[in-house]
Amino acid sequence: MSKIIVMTSGKGGVGKTTSSAAFATGLALRGFKTVVIDFDVGLRNLDLVMGCERRVVFDFINVINGEAKLSQALIKDKRIDNLYVLPTSQTRDKDALTSAGVERVLNELAKDFDYILCDSPAGIERGALMALYFADHAIIVTNPEVSSVRDSDRILGVLASRSRRAEQGLEPVTQQLLLTRYDPERVERGEMLKVDDVLEILAIPLLGVIPESQAVLRASNVGMPVILDESSNAGQAYTDAVGRFLGEDIEHRFMAPQKKGLLSRLLRRSA
Amino acid sequence: MSIFSFFRSAPRPSAVQAKERLQIVMAHERAGRAGPDYLPMLQQELLAVIAKYIDIDQNKVEVKLDRGSDCSTLELNIELPAREQLKSAMAAVRKPETKAGGDGLKAGAPLASSEDKKRH
Ligand SMILES: Nc1ncnc2c1ncn2[C@@H]1O[C@H](COP(=O)(O)OP(=O)(O)O)[C@@H](O)[C@H]1O
Ligand SMILES: [Mg+2]
Repeated sequence: MSKIIVMTSGKGGVGKTTSSAAFATGLALRGFKTVVIDFDVGLRNLDLVMGCERRVVFDFINVINGEAKLSQALIKDKRIDNLYVLPTSQTRDKDALTSAGVERVLNELAKDFDYILCDSPAGIERGALMALYFADHAIIVTNPEVSSVRDSDRILGVLASRSRRAEQGLEPVTQQLLLTRYDPERVERGEMLKVDDVLEILAIPLLGVIPESQAVLRASNVGMPVILDESSNAGQAYTDAVGRFLGEDIEHRFMAPQKKGLLSRLLRRSA
Repeated sequence: MSIFSFFRSAPRPSAVQAKERLQIVMAHERAGRAGPDYLPMLQQELLAVIAKYIDIDQNKVEVKLDRGSDCSTLELNIELPAREQLKSAMAAVRKPETKAGGDGLKAGAPLASSEDKKRH
């Protein structure tokens, strides 16, 4: 049975697209046939993060409008078997996402794929609503920062009232927290919300903590999902999170500051 | 904590303030949106009762909802005007906290966790 996952947050710039690319890649690496769909109509970016921007010919909106076949719009990843990208339109606006159109495309994908991952745009308007409406699982991407936490809570409210599962009185959409851009050193200095604080406030299970990492920018520069950078903390943290999503019991890492020598601590303090 | 913070006069960490502010604002927002809408009503009725006896400023009221796994707490924080007016009326009420700018009346009470269960 095909599963639909939405990567959502309410707030923009928190790491949804980065996480969608990493997660989809991680699921495909585990052998699941996976497609990741960009729902951010008008602000296409998933293609760049996945490194397939020059291969976009048709897009999600073309398929919804019947201007192209699904098979013409799907882009097969060059690195990993089982991984496909469905890019969005750069020129239209989010009204192009009709509920019936999205449902038809998702149903067609469901015949072929194990996981359908929807990369949501920011906000709580049409694009974001369409991205979460059909979801079975929601991954709430949150930064340890006040506005992001508040917006995540809004999105939890929307999932509980306006998703298909809520409207049809089905089993609710599962909700898990992916806390990204976490900086353990700032947490230790009392400058950033702790994982536990965010968990206490949002009261949903923790899927993973992705540390703030320079590897993320490096990876996006070259169009490679950061999960493929196996030497990076962020990449490893995403790999762990995918494992947990699949039900494995994996201990959380990268939540404490890395041990530093006394000298560098002294220099840092006085800086 | 490192020894360096020992020498500084340590202000309250900003992350602590972030958490408190979030809890307050989100309790309001959740109450206004989800489930049995008794929270805003409860707040208003409680205020109405207190207002019968004491002159309170409606803007100096904080409502905080803490969610735990088995039990939630509704905490009502009301800043009261002046000590003198209170003495008689408040004799029976516990006063665990005094805030700058006035006395505080704080009441904490566990709530049933029905709302929590829904969210999960
Ligand atoms: N763990 C991280 N460490 C450092 N930078 C990150 C991390 N996650 C995301 N970013 C950066 O944050 C910015 C926004 O990320 P993006 O995934 O586009 O967010 P969204 O899709 O939620 O708008 C990007 O510049 C990205 O490189
Ligand atoms: Mg994005």
